[in-house]
Formats: sequence, structure tokens, C-alpha cells
Amino acid sequence: MPWNPAYEPVIGLEVHAQLKTVSKAFCGCSTRFGDNPNSNVCPVCLGMPGVLPVLNRQVVEFTLLMGLATHCSIRPRSSFARKNYFYPDLPKGYQISQFDEPICSKGWVEFEMHDGTRRRVGITRIHMEEDAGKSIHDLDIDSLVDLNRCGVPLIEIVSEPDLRTPAEASRYLQTIRQIVTYLGICDGNMEEGSLRCDANVSVRKVGAEEFGTKTEVKNMNSFRFVERAIEFEINRQIEVLESGGRVVQETMLWDSAQGVALPMRSKEEAHDYRYFPEPDLVPVVVDEPWIAGARSSLPEFPEVRRDRYVASFRLPKYDADILTAEKPLADYFELVVSGLSKQNDETVKLASNWTMTEVLRVVNEKRVALSELPVTPKRLASMINLIVNGTISGKIAKEVFEEMMAANEDPEVVVKRKGLVQISDTVAIELTIDEILAANPAEVEKYRAGKQQVFGFFVGEVMKRMKGKANPKMVNEVLKKKLER
Amino acid sequence: MSASVTHRSFDRIRQDLDAGSTTVEEITAGYLAAAEERSSLNAFISLFGHEAMDQARQVDRKRKAGAAGPLAGMVVSIKDAISVAGHRLTCGSRILENFVSPYDATVVARLKAADAVILGKTNLDEFAMGSSTEHSAFGRVKHPQDPDLVPGGSSGGSAVAVAAGLSTASLGSDTGGSIRQPAAFTGIVGLKPTYGRVSRYGLVAFASSFDTIGPFALTVADAARVLQAMAGRDVCDSTSSSTPVPDLLSAIGQPVRGLRVGLPKEYYAEGLQPEVRAAVQRQVDLLRDAGAVIAEVSLPHSAFTIAAYYILATAEASSNLARYDGARYGYRAKDAHDLSEMYLRSRSEGFGAEVKRRIMLGTYVLSAGYYEAYYGKGQRVRRLIKEDFDKAFAQVDCLVTPTTPSTAFKAGEKSGDPLQMYLSDIYTVSANLAGIPGISLPCGTDGAGHPIGVQLLGRQFDEPTILRVAAFLEAAAPSHT
Repeated sequence: MPWNPAYEPVIGLEVHAQLKTVSKAFCGCSTRFGDNPNSNVCPVCLGMPGVLPVLNRQVVEFTLLMGLATHCSIRPRSSFARKNYFYPDLPKGYQISQFDEPICSKGWVEFEMHDGTRRRVGITRIHMEEDAGKSIHDLDIDSLVDLNRCGVPLIEIVSEPDLRTPAEASRYLQTIRQIVTYLGICDGNMEEGSLRCDANVSVRKVGAEEFGTKTEVKNMNSFRFVERAIEFEINRQIEVLESGGRVVQETMLWDSAQGVALPMRSKEEAHDYRYFPEPDLVPVVVDEPWIAGARSSLPEFPEVRRDRYVASFRLPKYDADILTAEKPLADYFELVVSGLSKQNDETVKLASNWTMTEVLRVVNEKRVALSELPVTPKRLASMINLIVNGTISGKIAKEVFEEMMAANEDPEVVVKRKGLVQISDTVAIELTIDEILAANPAEVEKYRAGKQQVFGFFVGEVMKRMKGKANPKMVNEVLKKKLER
Repeated sequence: MSASVTHRSFDRIRQDLDAGSTTVEEITAGYLAAAEERSSLNAFISLFGHEAMDQARQVDRKRKAGAAGPLAGMVVSIKDAISVAGHRLTCGSRILENFVSPYDATVVARLKAADAVILGKTNLDEFAMGSSTEHSAFGRVKHPQDPDLVPGGSSGGSAVAVAAGLSTASLGSDTGGSIRQPAAFTGIVGLKPTYGRVSRYGLVAFASSFDTIGPFALTVADAARVLQAMAGRDVCDSTSSSTPVPDLLSAIGQPVRGLRVGLPKEYYAEGLQPEVRAAVQRQVDLLRDAGAVIAEVSLPHSAFTIAAYYILATAEASSNLARYDGARYGYRAKDAHDLSEMYLRSRSEGFGAEVKRRIMLGTYVLSAGYYEAYYGKGQRVRRLIKEDFDKAFAQVDCLVTPTTPSTAFKAGEKSGDPLQMYLSDIYTVSANLAGIPGISLPCGTDGAGHPIGVQLLGRQFDEPTILRVAAFLEAAAPSHT
């Protein structure tokens, strides 16, 4: 453990997830990312005099899904509050949020650590709010404000202080990301800021009941930084305590370039947000039919899906983990499986291998979405079918795969066009092997004297002679037969 | 054209239009001329001149084609806290002095759709905070009868625009009495609808849970017509109600026999100008003589009304006015060195004293450690006041009270004493706390000839009953128009 083992860290996370609604939380403006600055704005999100907010129903729907997915209880009547503070990217001078009556509370999520131990972490609350705009200070002119993001809906997911290590915090955050992306309510992109995380960190002596004084660490915009920043803060607090000092309640800003968290503001400088009920909005009423409808539309979650892959596809847990990590990949994989002409452990494992290796490789290399890949699940399934029925070898299949990518063609077309059909003609293979054995008597002797390694040499020679198209299984069998004669 | 010609009700205007003796264009020109002639009253912040005349000619064309809306011939002025697209929206404040709004308030869009001509924007206490229309960055509004008197506020410009015959009707806003009190001071009808009856979209927020938009008019029927045209659910205002809007005009002329009328005893206690008491008593007598059942009722939490109001309304105001920070629009102080100086100076220089007083009060009552003692308690008192009204309305159908404790006071008389100023709203504020409708109509004058107002309060969404009683009293009074 990288910190003084006499201490136990106590960590809670506040995660902000930007909801993937078409329009903003309280007006009809688009939520699109990357448009020209201040192009997706209207009198309402600009906070012009006299305008009023109107809640986007989709925001409630999405929050409801998250609440149900994390086993929260849903408040039948929740309400909005104003969080008041001045900042140029906050046009109204307050943020519409939820305060004492959040829509979701008292839930939990479970996840598995790398050593296989399971952890359950409590969710204190999930509430709806609006995002602020973006201030840009690092230009060589005055500060600029882009209000496109202003009013984009967010949910804030607040965990209980149940996390005990930076690794747990990171796993928890990954789990939250997995859930929001599976639900399709957030794209989970930490770099673009659609998923953001603050951590409340304190330390206490192992065995102590009471929590230590906590600090809040902000600005950790990747999973790695979450771990590093929390670890830094744990060590910093322990050092303070060990040198006889006291931890001060303050907000720390993680500086990823320097690898340190630096104080941003103390408790005394903390904002008094002067929360009070938002008088421009009526309470959000969520009735039983709405909840039931949302519940029935919940997708199968990663852990359940993974267990199903292990149980019914008989895939190794390793495969199942990778395939189910992201919903689009799992959906892709299942489409490949459903396109297999023969479904058995062997063919499903082939589908898994091709999905995990080649498909993920090209997706990462070419930075394309799975849905835009020329190798559709149907094509990949057809290609695997060609391997299984002996038309092509696994090695040739790699070439077919590349051609499908390059030419955007069905595998059958590629095989025909490039003449890649595998040679499974016993006579042709036997003749070639005979020729090669005859041409390399010394190697034959070596093999027969017990030097098994030269077997590979013969296979290589055969494949070379037959331009890689020989059925490798048959080459193995015939070679073995002839060498051991 | 003299003010006496323009000083006429919509019924008269319609008769003249139908008789072919005038046109909407002529009527509008008359009001514009009257407004210019009486510009010393300072009732208007902006007049729409050409635009109003264009609109008038268009309404005339529609009339000819037989396609005119229900308010064709009505010329309306708008309190300058309500947005009209393409026009300045100053709120009587330096901070918004040059702000041009890009959109129409829902009420304005609805009045335009009903073919009312929009004449201009009227002066007001800055951000609708005040009871005298002395607190405007554009100067105070004068009472039409005596320039030394205040017209009441905060919708003083709108009240004067109607009382002096500078428009047929006017839209004001009422957060604590800002329609009813100036209506009483200037001797006209002022109607504050039920909270939620009329969309607030486009009304610059002072205290969102109290703010209502309502009409000033010379007659009860005109006020009902304007309300009819703008009432009803609006998707742009979540707090607007889906409760159907009944035919409000049909309430007018209905007898009051058998109607149960309550007199809240707390509203007839000390502090009431004797002439006001006597005038209101005469209205009660008229109702009794017509067969209404008069009963004394109690609103026991009345003593806490002003306190609760000034806590809750200023709390909301402190937040509502945060957007005026100089960052995006409105007044920005010159040459600020950093952000906090820009905020401080823009707001210090842009807001007037009364607005700053209320922002500070509201900020204080919401502060950590004080929230429960002030805002929390204020909310509980508000609930009790609502319950008082619920109980009273279980016994009676409407309440009759004075609109104000006294008639119009002199300019400067109360401006140095905010508490005295706040107390002039003592009979009107409770309707805003409870969200119920209220109407003020003239019921005589004091010894100096200054108008006295009587206030009728009704159940939520029961505008018909107060309109019915108001129309009865109007008909029973000696004619003044």
C-alpha cells in the first residue's frame, strides 16, 4: 500500500454526468457539443429579463433510469432549488438544481475489484441540475464566455463515503460510467467533460470510528488522474497529521501537469449558495406508471450480461469482461453470434476472439464508432462461417478482414475476387509435401531422430509453396503421417 | 384632441367605431397626442408612435374585412417591466436603461393577437419595488389631479396612463399591491388576477411566487375584457394554471342577492383614514341593501403579513436580480480592473437605493444560519395566511376591504421612511401571499377630492365573483365617466 498503513482513507465521489438529451434542460436549444460559441442560445438560457424555465421531460426520464439502475428510491414529488452565485458563465446568477428534495436517494452500486473481491457502495442521492457555460481564460486577450453549454442537463450522483482506496474510487467511477453509457443517457467522455468527478477525501487512524476532516478534490478529468489525485491527497493529509498538524477543510484543485493538488479555497472562503425553492418551476411528480415504464426499459447491465456470456456462451470470464465493458461492443458481439451458421463453444469463442482482437484493434486505430465499421457484425459472422466450413483458413481470414475494411465488401466477395479459397485438396497437399520431404532429406532425418522442432519448418515450406492457401489442419495431419511413417 | 375625448371606456369606443364616427387610427392618434400633451406627468418611458399607428391602421383594415379581434379599438400601454419585442425594457432602472428585449411577453402577444394597439411603455418604481413611483431612474410619476401627489406604485405610470386618458387600458404588475394601490390612488379599476391565471413569461421577475400581471381600466368590464384576452395556460410559464378560463364578462350584471360578503375585522382596525372607512362602509351598505349577506370574518395572521412578505419577496428578488451583473447586457461600469470590481461597481451604480435595500435584505434572509429564522419562518407564516383565507372563504364568497389605509400621499412624504412606505400595502399584500384575486375600484373621494378605493378579494380562480360585485358597485355609484 503506497500510504502509511496506520491510516485508513475515507472517500466519497460526486459525479456529474451530462445527459444526452436533444435539447437543454429548461429551453429548446440544442445540446450539441463543438458548435460555434454562443450559437445554441436563446433568451431563456441567456438569462434575459423576464424569461422562465420549462423543464424538459426527457431529463426526468433519464434521471429516473439512473435512479432505478442504482437501486435508488424515487421521490414521487421532488422539487428544484436555486443555487446562487455570481460568475460570468452563469447568466442568471443562479443554477437551477435540486437541494433538499432530490428525485433519487438511498441507492447502491456493486462492482468487482481486480482481485475478485466485490464492493457495494451506497448512493446518497442523484439530482437534476443545469450546466453552466464555459469561461475561457487562457487566450491572450480578455476572458471569453461560451454559453452553448449553459442549461445542458446534468445529473449529480453523490456516493456515500464508502470508498477506501483510490483504486476503489476509480472502479466505482468506471462502474458509474458503464451504467450511464449502458443506459444511453450520457456518453461518458471524461476528456470532453461530459463525465466529471470531484472527490471528498479524509483519513483516519485504522480502527477509528469518527471520520477525519475532509477536503474536496476537483479537476480530475481522467480515471488515472482520479486515482493519482486521491492518492496524493491521502498522503498529503497523513503527512499533515503525522507532523502534528490538522487537516483544514478546503477545496483542492488537482494539477495533472505537476501531479499535485493545490488549495483553491478554504471553508471560510466557501460560497454561501443561499439555496431556496425555485419559484419558477412546479414540483416534479413521478407516478407509479412512469416508474414502471422506466423500469421495464432498463437494459441488461454489464455484470448480468457478463455472467450470461460465461454461463450460456461458455466464454472465459476474461473475454466476457472485455466484451461487456461497453454496450455497443457487447451488442456487436451478440449480433456476430446470431449470424453464425453453427453456434457452438468453438464458433462462439471464434466470434469472441475476432471481436476482442481485430474489431477492437481497428476501432481504436481508426477511431471510428462500431456502428460505422465496414466490417458489420453480419460480415464478421459470414467470415467466421467461412473459416468454420473450411473455405478459408484463420490466417487467410486476417487478409479477408483487412480487405473487408479497405473495400467495404462482403467476405464472400473478397474471397472470390482475391482467389483466397483454401486448398483442402488432399492430393495437392500430399504432392507438395512429398516434394518438400524429398528436397530436404537432412531435415527429415533430424525429425525422425527426435528433433520435433523441424516440424514447423516443413509446415512453413508447404505454406510458402502453396501461397498460404493450404488448409493448415490438413497440412499438419498429412505431414505428421508422412514423417512418422 | 383633448384628454376628455380620449378618456372613455372601451364600450364607448366600440359604439363610436360601430357608428363609423371614428377609426382605430384616429383613436390611437388621440391617445398619442394626449400622452405628449401630458408628458409632464411622466407616465411613459417610451411611446411607440409610428409602430402604434401602423398597428392601428392594420386593425382598421381588419375591421373593414370583418376579421378584427375582440380588443380592436382598445389602445393599451404596458408597464415597462413587461417585454415587448424590439423595444426597450428598462424596469425603471439605470441598469437596463438601454436594454432592448428580443421577445414579446405572452400577455403582449395575446393582446396583439386580440387586436389591441400597443401604445408604449409606462414608468414604474425601479424593478416594481415601491408604492409611489418615486423610485424610477426616469423620474417620478405625478398624480393627474395634483402634481405634488404620488399616483401610488409600483405601476404608477400605468395607473396614470388610464386615469389621465392616455390609453384605454394598461397592463401593470402586482407583487404586493402594485396594481390595486395605484388604481385606488388615481380613481380607476385595477385587477390583480389569481396567481397562475395569467402567464408571467416576459414579466421581469421581482418576486416570482408573488408576481402577477393585470389590467388597469376605467371600467370593470374593460378590465374583465383585457384579462379575458390574456388569461389561461401558457407552455412558457410552468406556474401558469390549466384551470379553464370562464367567460368573465358574463359575471358582470349578475345580481348580488344572496351573495355572502365578508368583512375581515383586522382590516378595519386602527390606522385607517376615517374618510376611507366611511366610503368603504357605504359600499358595504349598498351590497346589504341589494340583498347580499354581510358577515364579519377574521384573518388572524394579518399582523404578520407585511413582515412575511418583505422576507419572502426580497429573498426571491435578491436571486432574480442577480442576472443584472454587467456581464452580458445592461449597464456595465467603465474601466473595472477585475471581475469582482466590475460586478460591484456595475450593480452599485446601476441599481437605485430601494432596489439595493431589498437585495441586501433578501440576501441576508437566505444566508447560511439565518435561513430558518427568516425565510423558513416566512414560508410557514405564508401558509398560515393562506389557511386564514381558506377558512374565511368557507364562510363567505368574497371579502370587502379598503384598498389602502389612506388616499394618495405627497411626494417625498414617505420616501425617507421605507417602513411607512411598506405599510401602505398592508391591505393588498395578503392577496399576493395567498395567491388569490383582488380588484380595486373607486368608491368616492376624500375631503380634498382625492379618490378612495375599495378592494374585493375572492377565492383562487374565482375572478367572476369579484367582477360581479365590482360591477354592481360600479353601477350603483354616481357615474364618473
